[in-house]
Amino acid sequence: MSELTTIMSELVTMTSIDKSFPGVHALKTARFDLRAGEVHALMGENGAGKSTLMKILAGVYRLDRGEVRVSGKPVNIQTPRQAQELGITIIHQELSLMRHLTAAQNIFIGREPRKMRGLLVDEKMLNARTSEIFASMHLKLDPRAPVDSLTIAKQQMVEIAKALSLKSRVLIMDEPTAALNELEINELFAIIARLKASGVGVVYISHKMDEIKRIADRVTVMRDGEYVNTVPADTTPIDAIISMMVGRILGNEQVSIPDLSAAPMALEVKGLRRGKAIRGVSFGVRKGEILGLAGLMGAGRTEVARAIFGADPLDAGEILVDGKPVRIGAPKDAVQAGIGYLSEDRKHFGLITAMDVRNNVAMASLERFAGRAGVLNEDGMRDAARRFIHQLAIKTPSDQQETRLLSGGNQQKVVIAKWLLRECPILIFDEPTRGIDVGAKAEIYKLLNALASQGRAIIVISSELPEVLRLSHRIAVMCEGRLTGVLPGGASQEDFMRLATQRPSAVSEAA
Amino acid sequence: MNLVAEVDRQRILDRVKSSGAYHRLLAFSGLLVLMIGFSLASPNFLQTANVINILQATSVNGVLAVAATIVIISGGIDLSVGTLMTFCSVMAGVFLTYWGLPIFVGVPLAIVVGTCCGTVTGLLIAKLKIPPFIATLGMMLIYRGMSLAICAAKPIYFNSTPGFTDISTGTIVGAVIPEIPVPNGVLILFLVSMLVAFVLGRTILGRFIFAMGSNEEALRLSGVNSDQWKIAVYSLAGAVCGVAGILIASRINSAQPSIGQGYELDAIAAVVIGGTSLSGGRGTMLGTMIGALIISVVANGLRILSVPQEWQIVVTGTIIIVAVYTDILRHRATV
Repeated sequence: MSELTTIMSELVTMTSIDKSFPGVHALKTARFDLRAGEVHALMGENGAGKSTLMKILAGVYRLDRGEVRVSGKPVNIQTPRQAQELGITIIHQELSLMRHLTAAQNIFIGREPRKMRGLLVDEKMLNARTSEIFASMHLKLDPRAPVDSLTIAKQQMVEIAKALSLKSRVLIMDEPTAALNELEINELFAIIARLKASGVGVVYISHKMDEIKRIADRVTVMRDGEYVNTVPADTTPIDAIISMMVGRILGNEQVSIPDLSAAPMALEVKGLRRGKAIRGVSFGVRKGEILGLAGLMGAGRTEVARAIFGADPLDAGEILVDGKPVRIGAPKDAVQAGIGYLSEDRKHFGLITAMDVRNNVAMASLERFAGRAGVLNEDGMRDAARRFIHQLAIKTPSDQQETRLLSGGNQQKVVIAKWLLRECPILIFDEPTRGIDVGAKAEIYKLLNALASQGRAIIVISSELPEVLRLSHRIAVMCEGRLTGVLPGGASQEDFMRLATQRPSAVSEAA
Repeated sequence: MNLVAEVDRQRILDRVKSSGAYHRLLAFSGLLVLMIGFSLASPNFLQTANVINILQATSVNGVLAVAATIVIISGGIDLSVGTLMTFCSVMAGVFLTYWGLPIFVGVPLAIVVGTCCGTVTGLLIAKLKIPPFIATLGMMLIYRGMSLAICAAKPIYFNSTPGFTDISTGTIVGAVIPEIPVPNGVLILFLVSMLVAFVLGRTILGRFIFAMGSNEEALRLSGVNSDQWKIAVYSLAGAVCGVAGILIASRINSAQPSIGQGYELDAIAAVVIGGTSLSGGRGTMLGTMIGALIISVVANGLRILSVPQEWQIVVTGTIIIVAVYTDILRHRATV
């Protein structure tokens, strides 16, 4: 592409963007540009300022200083509506659809075609125009389907369709694949490719390196609110991008797998069943072992974890702790038996974000700190919290900092501290590094290994395959609610995919 | 330039704003402004007799607001506090007047009734998963109906129980220091609110009340038997309603089965004016006390200025909206 056409097709240019929030200087002379028909990945650790920068472009936040140009003309975007009129749409990580309305009603909300002199909504026209948009996206979806009957992936498609109906030229996607499975990701990427071909500029925020390699044309890296560099996606090695993000080079240490055949079983499950989600799952974890529980999205991994923990009731199955059967009807029974569960959704299920570090660390052991008449021993709680802040290197100004103000990695450490204080010998980690930046991830891996080497039994669920393969001593693979096989640590992605896509019929054919 | 100090100052300011302290300060200044305004408008307002009047009028609503605060911080709502109070006062009438039990047995028994009623509400909400709004709406009607049925819709008088009226209108403080004849009802309000403030701030139940109101599922997934603690929340609120029942019965020397409805809204109003979030997880006893005082001061002040009662109600409504709006402004400022 010649220099001239590059300049001509410049859709958005943001220069010297500065933005402060109370107590935080979020962006310092940040910049970004986007061309028509490209996918431009925006990367950086959490807190690097990616989302803030894009929210300024989308009119969610206002900039303090700096310049934004759209198609070469300086603009002053004050509200999301103004951004929309300029053809800029953001698809947030948490989708913002109205669950009880249909796909078509969502897409045309506030802009419904009217009939009877504008008194009534023309539902027929509404659905017809939605069908047209879906057809242009090669998407098979009923415009009349209520949004809450659709999968997350389909809901995302509805958001994209909405952006198209607004004639958006700039589409910002914030971690769009976080909740999608492999097939859905392929579908999304196909649609992004078609958007690209039609001249739309896509800003793609993601932590996943392999995705960037697959779809991005250019990558811009930010760190601590500042612009670091913009590089072509195809010729830049992943390691180079990572070191730009963290500002140093990360070691890629391979975990050695200990021989645990003599170690006693800490947890065994036999014939777990729950509706269609879990259809007969049996496995065991030894003391000191990290067992990966892997599978594609929707394979039933989280369901198994929640069922073992008593968060959801089981239809059938047996759970043994230290060889003895235990009855688990509620999380309190699981905790009693020494099982701790770290949910994939820290903010909703793991932490009480409005409370401070001290109380969150103590939350599962509060009875221990209650004296006569239930009066809490605050000194004891403080000392325990401080011990773990030190031990796990939790970055927080004090043990009285509200946990909502901590970064993802440090929030995760607070949840880990909660279960360590409860002295749980069995820990189930569901997506322990989701939404955690690269530097903190390495730290969490190290921590998991340390916990295992102290003799705890650990189950790790992760949809980031390299993570499971690198971390686990053994990997139990699930597909459609069944356990399809157990791989040794260090197995290849191919081995995994073979088991993860092994439909029951295929199993019987192979036999 | 001193960037670090600036950041620190901002952070402290944010902390003050996002803790309830800022709102309580606003509410307290509001209370002061009201009192100064009324005392300028009428010399009678700050007379000792009138101040004691205001405090006495706050005692019943204040104690009910304490009950409402407990439930609201836990993320629930209790519409039944008013009629449960009435039911407890009727039961006190049954114990003392009908059965002739001595005062030191009948009064605690009435509070036990309140506690048990709260436990029932708690069971409905925690075990049967009935939303608090519905469960307590139902209980509100049940208490009202039962109160009327038990005493055949006629008041029960406590003439056969000497000393009963002293519980509310006597003055232990006045006996010691004659210059400040604070009625016992106000003393009881003070003690109850201090006790509940202690429970909220320093005990395991209090900690779970805040945790429940912030994120109940996270609490359950911490292995805490949140159902059991939720039942405790409503039981405690029920006990406090029982105290309110005794206070009101003692003040009017009778159990009036037809009153009580509407008191829950005054109690919730006091809670809201005091800066407790209706979505749970946030709130203080001090705020609720200020809120309850604001309501009484407005009612009393306007009455002294001969403003008709219907307009007093309009003013109270306006105060609720203004109080909540300042809360919203505060949150907008910290985003």
